[in-house]
Amino acid sequence: MNNQATTVLLCGVGGQGTILAADILAGVCMAQGLDVKVSEIHGMAQRGGAVTTVVRFGQNVNSMACSIAEADFVYALETTEALRNISFLKPGGVLLVSDETIKTLPAAIGKDVMPKNPIERLNESGAIIIPAKQIAVDAGTEKASNIALLGALSVNLRFDENVWIEVLNKRIPQKYLDINLKAFNAGREAFRQIN
Amino acid sequence: MKLLLSGNEAAARGAWEAGATFGSAYPGTPSTECMEAFAEYDDVYAEWAINEKVAYESAIGASVAGARVLTTMKHVGVNVAADPMFTSAYTGVNGGFVIFAADDPGMHSSQNCQDSRFYALASHIPCLEPSDSNEAYAYTKTAYALSERFDVPLMVRSSVRVSHTKCPVEVGDKVDYVAKTYQKDSMKWVMMPAGAKFRRARQIERITLLESFAEETELNLLESFGKSDANDIREYGFVCSGPVYQYIKDAIEEADLSANVLKLGMVYPLCKNKLQKIRKQSAKLFVIDEGSEYLSQMISSLGIAIDDTPKDIKAIGELSKRDIKYALDLPLDEGIQTPKDIIARPPALCAGCPHRLVYKELSRLHAIVTGDIGCYTLGSLPPLSCMDTCICMGASVSMMHGFNASGIKYDRPIVSVIGDSTFAHSGVSSLISMVYNGGSGTVCVLDNRTTAMTGHQGNPFNGKTLQNKTSRELDIEGLCKAIGVKHVLTVDPYDMNAVRNALKEETSFEGVSVIVFKRPCVLLEKIKSKPYFVGDCKGCGICLTLGCPAISKTEQGLASISADQCIGCGQCCQYCSFKAINRL
Repeated sequence: MNNQATTVLLCGVGGQGTILAADILAGVCMAQGLDVKVSEIHGMAQRGGAVTTVVRFGQNVNSMACSIAEADFVYALETTEALRNISFLKPGGVLLVSDETIKTLPAAIGKDVMPKNPIERLNESGAIIIPAKQIAVDAGTEKASNIALLGALSVNLRFDENVWIEVLNKRIPQKYLDINLKAFNAGREAFRQIN
Repeated sequence: MKLLLSGNEAAARGAWEAGATFGSAYPGTPSTECMEAFAEYDDVYAEWAINEKVAYESAIGASVAGARVLTTMKHVGVNVAADPMFTSAYTGVNGGFVIFAADDPGMHSSQNCQDSRFYALASHIPCLEPSDSNEAYAYTKTAYALSERFDVPLMVRSSVRVSHTKCPVEVGDKVDYVAKTYQKDSMKWVMMPAGAKFRRARQIERITLLESFAEETELNLLESFGKSDANDIREYGFVCSGPVYQYIKDAIEEADLSANVLKLGMVYPLCKNKLQKIRKQSAKLFVIDEGSEYLSQMISSLGIAIDDTPKDIKAIGELSKRDIKYALDLPLDEGIQTPKDIIARPPALCAGCPHRLVYKELSRLHAIVTGDIGCYTLGSLPPLSCMDTCICMGASVSMMHGFNASGIKYDRPIVSVIGDSTFAHSGVSSLISMVYNGGSGTVCVLDNRTTAMTGHQGNPFNGKTLQNKTSRELDIEGLCKAIGVKHVLTVDPYDMNAVRNALKEETSFEGVSVIVFKRPCVLLEKIKSKPYFVGDCKGCGICLTLGCPAISKTEQGLASISADQCIGCGQCCQYCSFKAINRL
């Protein structure tokens, strides 16, 4: 039967830091002695395109890709990307979305139209909306949005908080560590308050 | 020790542990990080060659000298390396020789999705195919021993999901490899007809030996799941390789199927007896392959009957667990439908990219633009929409030549655009050929001082080597002049008038001209000067046609510049007739 791997699909716009968030999650899984696979697609998409990374972990992980309706968690750093990837969410899965909306280039120059009311529509689908960008700005830089949302995700995963902190310590350059730890903890707090 | 490694990094680790000390490659997604990781190990020599053919030949040279060698390339790079590859399968090796070829079946970052295993077949080079990082590590390490045992280069065929998926890998120690000694042997190393005929016979004998090896080796793994009937027959048999194995295993476990799986770790030559065995033990035998007919054609050619899956599996792109379940007509989970109004988010040239203004000016000229492979291929997307063709590395220059030499006249200038690294890769040879044949056209070298798209690797024009050794910057202007191009000039691509005048001038006569647009990639030097802002905008929209991610249109129809994203390059302000764009 199902080997019970847990699937997290992380998505956003190139440059938002989905890959770093995925690497930190994978580091936590490894520190817990779990098998893990982190699958990312890079290349052309990096130049401001849509980005997805899949992390699967458990006692034994086979597939590296995520099928439709397979993700236990969808972690989205941008609302349109959340809607784009919503079909990957398993019924009953958790959809965690940063409230930031980034226009596509064609939409920004008036050649395309962004989806209307993304937050309302995500709410209707049961999303948990986290003000990750504001949390990160309050912590010191909006660039830590990815870590703020990772904080919110971490509450949902049964890993010890200290393990997260250890991995963050290892993966974040010293200069930005304090800001990121602050963003991570505030992200955890934000999730707890909403739920 | 367990390390979290991508398939690319794991293969590099395997090569290093096997005692490989020489690496040569040309970067290409999804293969690039393999040579980058290899270059980081102690006591190895690793280099970026100008193209895959040169890399391959350098690797043969080092192998003949006695070292264990690694060459890496993307699938289309195998085309470039094919010439030496086919004949190296005649000569064989001295030190073990591994070709790490990474395919891109979903075309995430490639112009086609060709299958490198067909090259293994055509050249009679044995091929191993890992299904994750653990196997990429182990197979590469094994490949060196096999290369020396069978006196042949070994191909390790990866694909994007293996190359770019990280997982924990239990690594080991470096073996004590004693380099071989070169001994003169013209019947082995000089492929004139006499030697080639002799080695061709060895090659055929070798394939027979490799076929026997394929039957014994645990690289080809036959597994059984679920219950069999009284005659030891299971309901399904699956033959697969690479990441598809992982998807099939998940599908079998989820649906609790009675199934045999033959996972081919060695995909050329094939293990006929094992294939016959799984055929006998399975009521239905399916061959599942990713965007390719390689395995089904090969297995059919062995006289083994393959059944059709209940539903057709798509022949395009990557597979997933869901595709396997769909093919077997198993119930599929359904999620929330993707909303219909989700628009595409295409990648774009970065804010401040030095290619932008050149494309804008080529659009104004109504030029027919033959393009090439690199970041600058993004210039084909709206709103710049300024590229007519893109086929392969170096084709821009030769296609422009063909366009002009066809004798069919167009009332528009014909221009080619090519990056600095691509120019070194194969554009130079096209240019020599064009000059030699008295061709005509303007070559725009978009010299951003790096191989940008694959992650900023060194190349002869920026003079940076893979292991940060001192080199010299090859002078593009001097090179073009030496080739015989009379009109060569270097222009700052941030200067609208200079770009406009140069293009107008150089496209106004019959003959060859080269314009080098020289500016470093903005990601390379992270230059940021004071951003620009929009003052009294009249809403003409010209700045929006530059397609800069920092410029957007407000609800009032006016232009707005994001101070965060603007790097202060000043390309846009030159287009504003109303002087509304100024520095903060």
